[in-house]
Amino acid sequence: MDSYQEIIFKLKKYWSDRGCIIQEPYDLEVGAGTMCPETFLRVLGPKPYRVAYVQPSRRPADGRYGENPNRLYKHMQLQVILKPAPNDVIEQYLGSLAAIGIDLKKHDIKFEEDNWEAPTLGAWGVGWQVMLDGLEITQFTYFQQCGGIDLDLVPAELTYGLERLTAFLQVKDSVYDIEWAPGVSYRDVRFADEVQFSVYNFEMADVATLWKLFDLHEGEAARLLGEFRKLEKPLPDGRGSETVSGDKRRFPLLPTYEHVLKCSHLFNTLDARGAISVTERVAVIARVRKLAVGVAEAWVSQQTADELVEAVQ
Amino acid sequence: MSLPFLLEIGTEEIPDWMVEGALEQLEEQLGNVFQINKLPPAKLTKDGTPRRLILQSPMFPAGRPDIVTPEDGPLVSVGERAAQGFAKKYGVSVTELKVFDSPVGPKYRVDKRVPGESMLQILERSLEEVVLGIRWPKSMYWGEWGGPRFIRPIRWIVALLGDEVVPFEIAGVKSGNVTSGHRILGSAQIQVTIENYEQKLRENFVILSAKEREERIRAGIGKASDDDLLRTLVYLTEYPSVISGTFDKEYLKLPAEVLVTVMKHHQKYFAVYENGQLANRFLAVTNTDGDPDGLIRRGNERVLRARFNDAKFFWETDQKKKLADRVADLAHVTFQAKLGSYLEKTDRIKTLVKELGGDNHGVRAAELCKTDLTTELVKEFTELQGVVGGLYAREQGEPEEVWTAIYDHYKPVSMEDSIPRNNAGQLVSIADKLDTLRGCFGIGLIPTGSKDPFALRRAAQGIVKILVEGKLRFPIRKLLNNDAKLEEFLLDRIRYYFKDIRGFQYDEVNAILASGWNDLVDVEERLVAIQAVRPTEDFEPLAASFKRIQNILKQAQFTGDGGAIDASLLEPGPETDLYREFQNVRGTLANLPYRPALESIASLRPKVDLFFDKVLVNAPDPKIRHNRLTLLHTLLAEFSTIADFSEIVTNT
Repeated sequence: MDSYQEIIFKLKKYWSDRGCIIQEPYDLEVGAGTMCPETFLRVLGPKPYRVAYVQPSRRPADGRYGENPNRLYKHMQLQVILKPAPNDVIEQYLGSLAAIGIDLKKHDIKFEEDNWEAPTLGAWGVGWQVMLDGLEITQFTYFQQCGGIDLDLVPAELTYGLERLTAFLQVKDSVYDIEWAPGVSYRDVRFADEVQFSVYNFEMADVATLWKLFDLHEGEAARLLGEFRKLEKPLPDGRGSETVSGDKRRFPLLPTYEHVLKCSHLFNTLDARGAISVTERVAVIARVRKLAVGVAEAWVSQQTADELVEAVQ
Repeated sequence: MSLPFLLEIGTEEIPDWMVEGALEQLEEQLGNVFQINKLPPAKLTKDGTPRRLILQSPMFPAGRPDIVTPEDGPLVSVGERAAQGFAKKYGVSVTELKVFDSPVGPKYRVDKRVPGESMLQILERSLEEVVLGIRWPKSMYWGEWGGPRFIRPIRWIVALLGDEVVPFEIAGVKSGNVTSGHRILGSAQIQVTIENYEQKLRENFVILSAKEREERIRAGIGKASDDDLLRTLVYLTEYPSVISGTFDKEYLKLPAEVLVTVMKHHQKYFAVYENGQLANRFLAVTNTDGDPDGLIRRGNERVLRARFNDAKFFWETDQKKKLADRVADLAHVTFQAKLGSYLEKTDRIKTLVKELGGDNHGVRAAELCKTDLTTELVKEFTELQGVVGGLYAREQGEPEEVWTAIYDHYKPVSMEDSIPRNNAGQLVSIADKLDTLRGCFGIGLIPTGSKDPFALRRAAQGIVKILVEGKLRFPIRKLLNNDAKLEEFLLDRIRYYFKDIRGFQYDEVNAILASGWNDLVDVEERLVAIQAVRPTEDFEPLAASFKRIQNILKQAQFTGDGGAIDASLLEPGPETDLYREFQNVRGTLANLPYRPALESIASLRPKVDLFFDKVLVNAPDPKIRHNRLTLLHTLLAEFSTIADFSEIVTNT
């Protein structure tokens, strides 16, 4: 029986063998692997890209103080982006399940319609939830839009729920009982943060402070986007356009995006804390979305500037 | 020579609910090709699985012969230039033009010739369009942006006419004679002919016929049945097998509604009943050839256990706070940004229930009906809103009248669904829906075309159904805030209900509604009466006469001036006879039920006919003319309270 980490190694190796860069987790709080720049920004534009990474994903509202055997504040996703999606993408995906020891001939696998949409990211796609003996193990999406922008090359996004998959393979009823490494359980490694973050998110997080942080990050992201937009305006006499182009290329959009991610996570925490009414919810989502869409647009513009320079050189 | 035909579009998994519709469109698209090419319609059979859409025909025509159609040109007298232009347009020389005699003089004519094509040629240039002509509820690009759109990527195409491949291409996929078997159990590449196609697929664990897949599932599930779920599973599998699993009896303490929702909606299992009671068993349909090692069963049991555990946890958590103590929390649940919170909506529903004559039970149910929106169980299983509230209310000791009203108040959710079972439930349901309608129309959220995000059509339809089938006789029209758009909207739903759901003739519905629709129970009674009287001998001719009367009054621009009929001005004979008969009938109407009343009105027919035969309404003497118009107008007005007969469509 493979341990949790062994399963992760095997999946990484499998995708590495199929031309994926194996990235490390993004070092910021995100709700899903999709939100990492490796997905959110890389799927934009015409450059092919293949990447796989494990992303710890935080969903404050899903915390259950470590008491629910299947729900976690923070779970691990294996995120795979294949841009553009190869013709045999499903066969490759099924191959990855075989690689971790699932004999598909002895199990029931179904692809059930599940279209994905992330309103805060202005992103959507069509696809399936992949069901293995009645258990959803993967979200499979063909991205169509990201940051409100139509995608030039349609990527396939595979998001594996690693705890569930491991519980399935190890035949465990609770994710806390899965074996992370030989002799070490998931509970040993993660129980404390499930409890403590549940307490913080549901009981102790200071709402005023979180709102203040939200406003600060939102302000900083908006300020930076404003600065970038100034570079977008053509100079009346065409003078200094090279400098502008240079400034555009080195403009810190990635740090800008980090502030957007902070907003998104703070929103989720405030939501879990019960501090956001349904009316406000829509408005706050729109605020985050506006920033995310702004970064996506700026990113495409920056990439285009890069390409122009490359073409000249 | 005619040849058999096979088209298989191989795709990644199509959403189950779209397969049948897509097949119908595919058939229609190919039918169009036949029509455009003036070919006799061919017999087509359709099959579909999650991964393939198939059209087959035992016999396609050999092709299309030349089509020659005569086209008329200019008059010969117009001259040489016109003739040259005409000839050029059809690619012939002037000498090839024919001349014929038209009613306006000799004209040129040309035989326009569209050269014939073989079936292969026709298909070759048509099939791409046929396939891409399917309109999907939601389609996608794959590969590059701007390429073809389809529901999911197309991965292979089989297109055969006899032994020959019909060559065409979609998004880089070339048609051929190679299909693909079951994803896991079959071979990925299988060469086929039309003759062995179905058999080869079967050998590779694909059952082509939806009907056969359905039978396989039915055989496995026995008495457990659910048509929606069955259809879903038929199109989620290529090789269905049924497995049976169990769960701990402990979970049966949870309400059956919750357990069934988890099994049916979340896991797509059939629930099993024994002696009318939910049993601790379930039936799952797999896309496999059985489950020899029991691995699939154990996996599904584990998933179900986890889901039931969640539900149990939510149920127990929710019990810690009674529904009555949750009312204030509704202030934090938004109904609609401009229409306020559910607390405000609750207050409005309560007021409406009182206005509608609800008793204490109705008002109590109204107060609690939305509180389950704050419970964990409803947050998890939104489709159980109302039901969960009802179950909690029962658990918390509310009277039966109250908890069933809460339980039912979203009913009817469709035209097939039943209405709430008691008066309190019916009133709360109407009040809730009416409030949504009034509110949304008030702020301009009016459904247009297919856009109806607040399901207002369903709400209005529900009100109509409850009023009629619950025999509730209150004046619905007065509750519409004098909103003309809302009145029109509801009237549309009333018309739809009686016509499409209840099957009354459209003109009968129009005739009855034109005489008022304040009380829908009364509308139904009048409809039943008119339907019964309609086939009688006198009815339709009388309706025709009423239409005639209406036309006469319209032409005379006579809308009645309140003046009475002056009997002294009546001519003896048919006019006086009609007047007397009218007075006789009028005298009896008030005390008659609708059907005899209508029969009585219909009995006027001979007198009306005779009147029109013998009497000139448009008499030279203005006083007489006015008196006759008054007679007709009075007759029309007095006898249109049950139905406006002029709306009846007659053959005469």
